[in-house]
Amino acid sequence: MRSIINYLKEIIFGVWSLLKGMKVTGSYFFRPSTIVTQKYPSNRKDLVMFDRFKGEVVMPHNEKNEHKCTGCGICELNCPNGTIEIISKTIITEDGKKKKAIDKHIYRLSMCTFCGLCVKTCPSNALAFSQKFEHAVFNRALLIKTLNKPGSQLMKGVE
Amino acid sequence: MEEKEKIATPDELQEYFINMGPQHPSTHGVLRLLVSLKGEMVQSVQPHVGYIHSGIEKMCESITYPQIIHLTDRMDYLSAHINNEAVCLNVEKALEVDIPDRIKVIRTIMSELTRIQSHQLWWASFGMDLGGLTCFFYGLRDREKVLDIFEETCGGRMIVSYSCPGGLMYDIHPNFQKRVKDFIKYFRKILPEYDQLLSGNVIFHERSKGIGKLTKEDAISFGITGPSGRASGFSCDVRKHEPYSAYDRVHFNEVLLTEGDTFSRYIARIEEMRESMNIIEQLIDNIPEGPFTVKMKPVIKLPEGEYYQRVETARGELGVFVISDGNKNPYRVKFRSPNFCNLSVLDHISRGFKIADLVAIGGSLDLIIPDIDR
Ligand code: SF4
Ligand code: SF4
Repeated sequence: MRSIINYLKEIIFGVWSLLKGMKVTGSYFFRPSTIVTQKYPSNRKDLVMFDRFKGEVVMPHNEKNEHKCTGCGICELNCPNGTIEIISKTIITEDGKKKKAIDKHIYRLSMCTFCGLCVKTCPSNALAFSQKFEHAVFNRALLIKTLNKPGSQLMKGVE
Repeated sequence: MEEKEKIATPDELQEYFINMGPQHPSTHGVLRLLVSLKGEMVQSVQPHVGYIHSGIEKMCESITYPQIIHLTDRMDYLSAHINNEAVCLNVEKALEVDIPDRIKVIRTIMSELTRIQSHQLWWASFGMDLGGLTCFFYGLRDREKVLDIFEETCGGRMIVSYSCPGGLMYDIHPNFQKRVKDFIKYFRKILPEYDQLLSGNVIFHERSKGIGKLTKEDAISFGITGPSGRASGFSCDVRKHEPYSAYDRVHFNEVLLTEGDTFSRYIARIEEMRESMNIIEQLIDNIPEGPFTVKMKPVIKLPEGEYYQRVETARGELGVFVISDGNKNPYRVKFRSPNFCNLSVLDHISRGFKIADLVAIGGSLDLIIPDIDR
């Protein structure tokens, strides 16, 4: 007798526990907005990423095509995996002195681990993260980028 | 006359091997389990590790201390911030820097958020392993809220790299406190749903109660830490026994259970989420003012010697052991990763159970494979 009662109890408890779970899932049928996280890619147009999101490393230029990179090479030194390569050149300033300046700031997106050390340690704040995250390309060579734009110059007043 | 087919009794069954993995959904990564079976019964389990060995310990020897941080993100990627913190604490201990309260409190909040999101993902995938696909959607939905907090403050979602020796990479985002409070309010409401969906489910009970029992003695001798160890009654919470960061100023219970089976490992994690929320609630309203980073030398060199720091990740005790010869690179770095030790007990506790139970047992240990292989 005992065992039969227990058996029945178990069945009733089992069905009850299943119903309880069904209640949760069922209730979401009537409020679907609480279960959706992001409708990517259909919300692509108005998708705003957080401003600190580490998409890729960029070098902001102002409207006169000037950047702040002095070519000191600290970012290259701090990068843990050789993502950054600084190629510098010697220029002659207006008062006739020779000076080292940046020729190319090469950034290999395919190797970057987004540690943020380059952006943090740059003494003249020349680097920043952009919020772009759609990086897929068909050719690997496209992931090697030159961060300083062609013909760009060092901003006045940055040493 | 037809010959009757003879059905073998269990004693006459031949032992045979099957490979579970390296690509098996229930191993959550590239782990290969060589399972020896008799009929459906597991005779032994031999884990074969190393499929995604990335040589992190060796790599650490050739890079500087701030650069090590981003590698530790990739070991136990669900406890990324706690791994970062472990290395930072070790470096700070070696250099004897005083860390301001603000940094300690923020680090603690981040650690607990990390723990919550890790357990959420574990709950999601554990439910899925046992056939409850709904859990996966709900768990990931709630985890998204924590990841948004991370993304806003740290810039990364999983791979946060937020701590650095001497403090934090950036200060918290102005929205941080509000978002965390909103999340706690939201998640306190949602957590009972987890119980209704899975914790009370009869099928789940049948599949987890009494399965994979681990005694306290075995937990200690195998070095099982984290929720898996505490479910067997082994009091091993580093946050309690050796408080670091701001854990000495918060009140929380160490979740200790006695059963040691799959179900109690499950309950331990669910309860830990509640405790984590308690910790965050105690801290979030009184983050002290102050700097978010201490000025460190541009090139960090540890004095010659050996340094060890333990922290409690979402899966157990992570130990970071650094030998320094006074250079800017460490001489040797050793990570005592919780998952490696937790994996070692799999053979012991799954013997004599069915192969389907192996999935449940493995899921309840919450293994992260890159942390095993490092
Ligand atoms: S980006 Fe910054 S750190 Fe790198 S070379 Fe230019 S100035 Fe130096
Ligand atoms: S984010 Fe890190 S890995 Fe990427 S370029 Fe900067 S320093 Fe190198």
